[in-house]
Amino acid sequence: MAMLSFERKYRVRGGTLVGGDLFDFWVGPFFVGFFGVTTIFFSIVGTAMILWGASQGPTWNLWQISIAPPDLKYGLGLAPLLEGGLWQLITVCAIGAFVSWALREVEICRKLGMGYHVPAAFAFAIGAYITLVVIRPALMGAWGHGFPYGIFSHLDWVSNVGYQYLHFHYNPAHMLAVSFFFATTFALSLHGGLVLSATNPPKGETVKTPEHEDTFFRDTIGYSIGTLGIHRLGLFLAVSAVFWSAVCIVISGPFWTRGWPEWWGWWLNLPIWS
Amino acid sequence: MTISRSFSPRLSLVGLVLAASAAVSGCGERPPVDSVQHGYRGTGMVQVYNPRLVAAQTQNNVVPEPVPAVPSDGPRARDVYKNVPVLGDLSVAEFNRLMVAISNWVSPNEQCTYCHRAGEGFESDSVYQKVVARRMIQMTQAINTRWGAHVGNTGVTCYTCHRGNHNPVEVFYKAPPSPQSTTLLGDNAGQNRASPSVTLASLPYDALSDYLSGANEIRVNGTTALPTGNRQSIKQAEFTYGLMVHMSDSLGVNCTYCHNTQNFGSWAGAPPQRVSAWHGIRMAREVNNLYIDPLKPVFPASEYGPTGDLAKVSCATCHQGAYKPLYGVSMLKDYPELGRVTGGLQAAAAQPGATAVQGLTPPR
Repeated sequence: MAMLSFERKYRVRGGTLVGGDLFDFWVGPFFVGFFGVTTIFFSIVGTAMILWGASQGPTWNLWQISIAPPDLKYGLGLAPLLEGGLWQLITVCAIGAFVSWALREVEICRKLGMGYHVPAAFAFAIGAYITLVVIRPALMGAWGHGFPYGIFSHLDWVSNVGYQYLHFHYNPAHMLAVSFFFATTFALSLHGGLVLSATNPPKGETVKTPEHEDTFFRDTIGYSIGTLGIHRLGLFLAVSAVFWSAVCIVISGPFWTRGWPEWWGWWLNLPIWS
Repeated sequence: MTISRSFSPRLSLVGLVLAASAAVSGCGERPPVDSVQHGYRGTGMVQVYNPRLVAAQTQNNVVPEPVPAVPSDGPRARDVYKNVPVLGDLSVAEFNRLMVAISNWVSPNEQCTYCHRAGEGFESDSVYQKVVARRMIQMTQAINTRWGAHVGNTGVTCYTCHRGNHNPVEVFYKAPPSPQSTTLLGDNAGQNRASPSVTLASLPYDALSDYLSGANEIRVNGTTALPTGNRQSIKQAEFTYGLMVHMSDSLGVNCTYCHNTQNFGSWAGAPPQRVSAWHGIRMAREVNNLYIDPLKPVFPASEYGPTGDLAKVSCATCHQGAYKPLYGVSMLKDYPELGRVTGGLQAAAAQPGATAVQGLTPPR
């Protein structure tokens, strides 16, 4: 099979975590590996179960299909298939697929001899999902605290669970998460703007170098984080947003059962003004 | 590039773990928690309780032992005592039993002398507390006979609100306006005070006056996904929100007790408790406007609030943190005379301060 000129660089043997050379091959441009196989397996099985669950449900409307978690009465036990058991199996498949994908990224990193930044960042997203459907339900004593798998239904869940704590904007970790989400998109847009301006000079001018970019920002705001630094900042902001999202939901319920506004009583009671 | 070496993934990880544990330990509660599902699975229609907080709360909502029952035959109270316009139909034994119960519920330390002055006959209305008590008995009877949609068969007694206090503890007064409310700068527009009335939120702190005393429209949200002419403002929605967090806090429940927040405007997806609450809001309005406010001339000025009003009832006055007052234990069944209207219009009109309430007493 024909290869692009730069593909030779990463089409190298070895670096696998499991399976040795057995799955160390490519299908077209895609590296497979043991975890590629498990990703495919979990994805197909999970998706098939969602489709079967939808076939047993009341609608084929894409927006309204929903696979709901069990009733709270089942606690941390298994539920009948059509009363939340399906949700439990799909959750296993989802975690299996996400973790497989992360480990496949690890294998690719090892082939390329680079750091694990990409799988590490993805791990935060997986961690947030596992926090929602495993850690928090386990802390609260029932799988029924997980969110339903449906486009509208999961939004309804988010709304109701937020209102379980009266005013979720007072959740301190939610504040941090929201701020980081805004900051990461803001930083990305600034960075994108800079790259586009530097690489699309007016007619007759040359593409600008990083030195030019640094100088521009040092002139305008007195500081430039630099070409490497901006990516570290981006990683930090994005990962922080996801991390604090996970914190904000795992503390809601297991570690705080009342309205979030009330939590701020400690601030009002600080000895400096109370 | 020495700067790049200062970045340590291990240090960042330690920082994250520290931050997460600080966030968790800073909350002050811990698992296990109790949860009650009251909607379809996966909808988040769930009440979440900390069993340790509920245990502490339960102790404050214990029903006192009823005074032993007495026969309802024998002479009527009106034939033996003077000036008993409301409870004259009771037997003397029942009448005295109720007086004992009320003393225990409202003035456990002073007992009879809280309403009856030594040296004057029991019939004297010279103590204002007695005049108020008579009106409050009528109010209790009105609640139990006319507001079944809210109090059900459980009903209320004096104890539901008083709990051994002269004045119910959980009451509200109309808040004075901000001193800057007439100026351009510094006007807090009635909010941002972290008031306990709105669970320390920045929401309007005097929302109760508008809804439980006044009759402002509560349902301000649009009923369509896109704007189609709803002219209600965010400010109005915040007043509504203020009332709502008060109700949640008073009942120890979260918003999903009455609402499927997917669509606040729709009654269809809302639990039946929302209907009960709707009646409760109107009941509180009637209690404040028909029974409490008109008593103002009877009360000494020392009992007035900062804007010169009387203490008014809110949801917390009865509920006191419980989804049903006293966790749904009925005291009314032991005091059936509070569950029917005794006395009548003439009785109400004969009392001081009654001009304002004349004709408003529910008919027999």
